Amino acid sequence: MSDALSLTLHIWRQRDRASKGAFVTYKVRDVSTHASFLEMLDILNEQLIAKGEEPVAFDHDCREGICGMCSLMINGRAHGGRRGTTTCQLHMRLFKDGDEIWIEPWRASAFPVIKDLCVDRSAMDRVMAAGGFITANSGSAPDANDILVPKESADRAMDAAACIACGACVAACPNGSAMLYVAAKLAHLHNLPQGQPERMHRTAVMVNAMDAAGFGNCSNHYECEAACPKEIPRDVMALLNRDYAKASWAYRERVHKSDGGG
Amino acid sequence: MKLDARTPKGPIEQKWGNSKFEMRLVNPANKRKFKIIVVGSGLAGGAAAATLAELGYDVACFCFQDSPRRAHSIAAQGGINAAKNYQNDGDSIHRLFYDTVKGGDFRSREANVHRLAEVSLDIIDQCTAMGVPFAREYGGTLANRSFGGAQVSRTFYARGQTGQQLLLGVYAALSRQIGAGKVRMFPRTEMLDLVVDNGRAVGIVVRDLITGTISSHSAHAVILATGGYGNVFYLSTNAKGCNVTATYRAYKRGAGFANPCFTQIHPTCIPVAGEYQSKLTLMSESLRNDGRVWVPKRADDVKKHPDQIADAERDYYLERKYPSFGNLSPRDIASRAAKEVCDEGRGIGPGGRGVYLDFRDAIKRDGEDAIREKYGNLFDMYERITGENPYRVPMRIYPAVHYTMGGLWVDYHLQTTIPGLFCLGEANFSDHGANRLGASALMQGLADGYFIIPYTIGHYLAGVPASSLADPASTAFTTVEAEVRARLDRLVNVRGTYSVDHFHKELGHLMWEHCGMARSRQSLETALAEIPKLRDRYWAEVTVLGERDSFNQSLEKAGRVADFMEFAELMCRDALVREESCGGHFRTEHQVDGEAKRDDDNFCHVAVWEHGDPPTRHTEQLVFENVKLATRSYK
Repeated sequence: MSDALSLTLHIWRQRDRASKGAFVTYKVRDVSTHASFLEMLDILNEQLIAKGEEPVAFDHDCREGICGMCSLMINGRAHGGRRGTTTCQLHMRLFKDGDEIWIEPWRASAFPVIKDLCVDRSAMDRVMAAGGFITANSGSAPDANDILVPKESADRAMDAAACIACGACVAACPNGSAMLYVAAKLAHLHNLPQGQPERMHRTAVMVNAMDAAGFGNCSNHYECEAACPKEIPRDVMALLNRDYAKASWAYRERVHKSDGGG
Repeated sequence: MKLDARTPKGPIEQKWGNSKFEMRLVNPANKRKFKIIVVGSGLAGGAAAATLAELGYDVACFCFQDSPRRAHSIAAQGGINAAKNYQNDGDSIHRLFYDTVKGGDFRSREANVHRLAEVSLDIIDQCTAMGVPFAREYGGTLANRSFGGAQVSRTFYARGQTGQQLLLGVYAALSRQIGAGKVRMFPRTEMLDLVVDNGRAVGIVVRDLITGTISSHSAHAVILATGGYGNVFYLSTNAKGCNVTATYRAYKRGAGFANPCFTQIHPTCIPVAGEYQSKLTLMSESLRNDGRVWVPKRADDVKKHPDQIADAERDYYLERKYPSFGNLSPRDIASRAAKEVCDEGRGIGPGGRGVYLDFRDAIKRDGEDAIREKYGNLFDMYERITGENPYRVPMRIYPAVHYTMGGLWVDYHLQTTIPGLFCLGEANFSDHGANRLGASALMQGLADGYFIIPYTIGHYLAGVPASSLADPASTAFTTVEAEVRARLDRLVNVRGTYSVDHFHKELGHLMWEHCGMARSRQSLETALAEIPKLRDRYWAEVTVLGERDSFNQSLEKAGRVADFMEFAELMCRDALVREESCGGHFRTEHQVDGEAKRDDDNFCHVAVWEHGDPPTRHTEQLVFENVKLATRSYK
């Protein structure tokens, strides 16, 4: 069939966190150009199982680009490098018959490998637990239309809130920084009136938690923006930096402590 | 099995208010002495865990994903209904209640649905306060759009990512409680069984998916919010991990399973492209606000490019058959209509299994920018998957399994037939009858989690001594743990020749063919004969590589598919006994002019299955005092 590909895959295999990993080369045949990248890995895994070899472990769930579970460095690019696309939405029509593809897990010290292509991204949850919320117990809310939000603000908040916490920004960053992720969360809440009361505190504790979680510092490479499958703009980081400078003064007793707070 | 729905007395508008007053309370200082397990971290489970922790309970929350933020609620696109009547277009609590009962084809419990419509108002308030970036008008007020089965605009939305934004609100609230030490979160941990002692739910047995370690957790009450079972069909719009294990295991431990045959086929999904297909992708129902559904009038035209087919040669069959609801007819009706035109040979695309969803007229009317503003992300997603540009060529869509209305039977308190075991969200059966209306799943999940369970669980716990917390080292737990280990060992030790997916696909084909959009006595009997054979082959020929006590994705799947293999049989059994057509359950023997024919004399009830060999069918009679039982018409 003309739309079937044969590919050579170099895939990172690693038994567990403590073991040493290595690339292993596989040939995979009969991949439809209409299949998604993960379906291509499914086909490989079926071929491996048939031979009695343990399938390649990789994270995935919704397979429609929204849950943020899938990852993968594909030929050195997070999610394969197609603009605004997660690995699960990357389709094989973008590859050619006979291509060699290098597939690795996210590489970042804050994301230890669990097995093969799966990594532990719980550091991102820890940053959220420190302050990524608006304090509003269930049942305590005023009528929704009592809070007027200009459309432009709601749109800007939504642009930032589209983050799926996949970790591509961290993996793409030469420093393993989570600035874009944290800044997106802050920009979501800080473009809304509801986010204002805790704004400075939130900025301070989330940035502290980000440092404590083992993420690197931002040195303005903007690889994160290029890799983000939700195309979160880098200007959210400018907002973070500005707020952090203010918070460093307003909440100076809390900044540089890593106890989270909240 | 005793089925007492505990529906409160009094006029329907006062039932929830009165029962909130009548329910017993747990003193604020005592709440911390009660431990509650929540399984699932989607809209229902996450909202329940966060809210119960806010109230002061000691909460443990489990999810199989690597973060609670990834629960499948995240994939809901279109919106959430609420009877706010912000549009001044005639909406009210009573209308939302009425639409939902009618949309469900009169197979839901009136009192539950009315409560849902009441708390829908609080949900929008709560989510807004928590920073959910709902769409706004220029003046700053909330925007709405219309959804299927309603003639008012009551759907709130955040672009095409409403589920994501609502779940992020829930996740934020949950994160706050995790940070405060009030919720202990167990990600990458899967519940594999329920522990019942002296007739009460006392805990669960789980597997740590990273290490493979099996362990027990005890609690005063257990909440299951583990979603639906659509993946029994293998191909569905559900995430790959969605499964029936938690609710099916609870069923096997004595919880009644209600209406398992009520499954929803969503009319607008991207058609199947090939055998390797691993899942189906939904295109939001909201697209039907502007997109027009059609196929060629003549079967000869199906291979033509859509531009070559003049308007007069197109059959806008939903507008033709259901003029008052048109393209926004409810999901079950729109799905069946699509199947019907494809069965007539008028389907388009590969295999003739597709219909057009065309934006040509809307783009001409409002401009491409206006359409991009509303649906841009959906159009992009369609383009990425199919390689076709929907601004230029109509989308090709076909129905796919999307949601399951059936689930564990619960009473008005959302308690299952096992005291101490509660069930929320899609996992229970309660509010959608035989068909769920669009934008109502998010509403129900959040209603259950934020505003209902916090009251009803207190009523239960007020009657349980805090000192009664079970010991996870007791025989009740160790026995179940041993069973769980034995089952996993059995799966690992088969060492057959076929993968888990191989069998799952086969089961999916069988179910889609015989228990899918249309069912008949004959098809169901065939399925009931085939499923046990397939199950036997599974346990004899499946291969699960890797070890039990390690990170092993094949083993995770193997356990889930083993449960689907048993559960599929229960679905077919239920579909066979229900000799009527209603909502998503269409029995070909029971129809008038192609429309579902209900049998209210014999089937105006919830079917509740009790585990046994064979299982026993019980019924809860449905009484309609506020909505007149009528033939559903969208014409």
